[in-house]
Amino acid sequence: MKMKRVFPILALLTAVLLSFALYEALVAAPTEQTMGNVQRIFYYHVPSAWTAFLLFFINFVCSIQYLVRPNPVADKLTNWTVLAIGIAACIAAFVIRPLPEGIEPSSVATTGLAITGLYFLIKKCFSQPRTDALAVVTAEVGVVFCTIVLVTGPLWARPVWGIWWTWDVRLTSTLVLWLIYISYLMLRRFSTSGQTPVLAAALAVFGALDVPLVYFSIWIFRTQHPQPVIGGGGSIDPRMLHVLLINWLAFLCFAALVCWSRYRLEILQREVEETQALEALLEPRSSP
Amino acid sequence: MNFLYAAYTATWIIHITYLGTLVRRYQRLSREIEELKKK
Amino acid sequence: MSKSSAIPSGVTGATLAKDLRLEWRSKDALNSMLFFSLLVVVVFSFSFDPNAEESRQIAGGLVWVAFLFAAVVALNQTWARELRNHVLDAYRVSPAPANSLFLAKVLGNFIFVAVLEILMTPLFIMFYKLRALGPAWQLIAVAALGTWALVVNGTFFAAISLRTRSREIMLPLLLFPVSIPALLAMVNATTAILTGELSAKFWIVLLTTYDVVFTIACLMLFELVLNAE
Repeated sequence: MKMKRVFPILALLTAVLLSFALYEALVAAPTEQTMGNVQRIFYYHVPSAWTAFLLFFINFVCSIQYLVRPNPVADKLTNWTVLAIGIAACIAAFVIRPLPEGIEPSSVATTGLAITGLYFLIKKCFSQPRTDALAVVTAEVGVVFCTIVLVTGPLWARPVWGIWWTWDVRLTSTLVLWLIYISYLMLRRFSTSGQTPVLAAALAVFGALDVPLVYFSIWIFRTQHPQPVIGGGGSIDPRMLHVLLINWLAFLCFAALVCWSRYRLEILQREVEETQALEALLEPRSSP
Repeated sequence: MNFLYAAYTATWIIHITYLGTLVRRYQRLSREIEELKKK
Repeated sequence: MSKSSAIPSGVTGATLAKDLRLEWRSKDALNSMLFFSLLVVVVFSFSFDPNAEESRQIAGGLVWVAFLFAAVVALNQTWARELRNHVLDAYRVSPAPANSLFLAKVLGNFIFVAVLEILMTPLFIMFYKLRALGPAWQLIAVAALGTWALVVNGTFFAAISLRTRSREIMLPLLLFPVSIPALLAMVNATTAILTGELSAKFWIVLLTTYDVVFTIACLMLFELVLNAE
């Protein structure tokens, strides 16, 4: 099978990329003025966060598709909605003036198109039951990356700001996202229903609705009680941006490989369980 | 500085632990497949 | 179909009336919940014994944590009774829309938890010597919206947890993360009203948004959950 040969090659390439990215982060990147070397945690913290969010977003798309596809009306409606989001994002990017600070029109348009593209890509490549398998995979790997974000965050905050944790927007939203997906994984593990995928998909939808609300509520909270902002915005040195993007690319490749392995494991496991179920059905007949 | 190394080490420990669980699950699955094949 | 449009309020009302009647007749759930609420208030009062000034700062959080625990205990046993008598299977088979059942359950739970809160509040006021420095009537809005937020999601997740092992622990595991923005809003609104320092308006708007969003989500997805076997 072609897959078997491709995987080790990709794994090797990813390992090389990760090592290179590590070198860039630790050695080649310029030292930050105020924070010193500790700032280099940034190169692992931020890519992990972006990867986790991407994975959770894919999980959300899969959950929606799993719920919506069996019903042709809902399916069509969702298709059109997703298409509308993409088009609206493109229009909004160039029509809305002025944009909130730090956001470029091109990134708004790209994000909108990416959402639409991702939705239809997943729809094309994965049948409905496999969408569920992908959902499990992205949830698990997403939780792994999210854990890393929550561990590296405080490790960065402590030497720089003197505190392990603060209820700022980003950290709290990430924590809630992490909690929601842990509860998602627990539901999957503890559910005895035959329709676990449906229940889990419903939970994922709830989680997705929740996160913007969390973000907004903490944002209000922060404007009422100003607190330190971890990893504040503002412009970034282009050399640092370069290293950041390299690390992100490396971690994306790594995440893709991990997801691929986990996905194959999941599909294999489902096949085994089906076979075992069939065996159990056929056995009683053979025994006296 | 120690925090920097701690963060990077923690990242890889978490990743490797997860990969370890995947390997263990795959081994268990292979054993089950062997048993099924025998039947 | 005229039948389905005429039925919903009828079914909701009937189910709600049935639940309330059952509760009133048996009274065992009600009694145990009452005692539980009293215990919670007393234990919290032992743990935190602040003076009047401090208590206004922290009472918001304490009160809502206490209400949260009481709500979880109440929610856990609402579906249990249905399960015991295989009522759920009857609902699945009947032509009544799933949403009516859901609304009835939510309303029943809401009344139940509201009664608990009404009973616990005077105790809290007494133990913590509470007095609202801000507009006190807003507290009622916060309480109503907050309770609805907990109860609507709680009933939904209780239905999901029905088919899990460790059913009782599954409900809080699912409910708490999703409820965090609502809890934040409830606690901060209460604190704002008690201390009178800030306006609770934003929080009330946030709570209302949360309630609307999740009530719609629950209504849309409940049918799937009910039929999941």
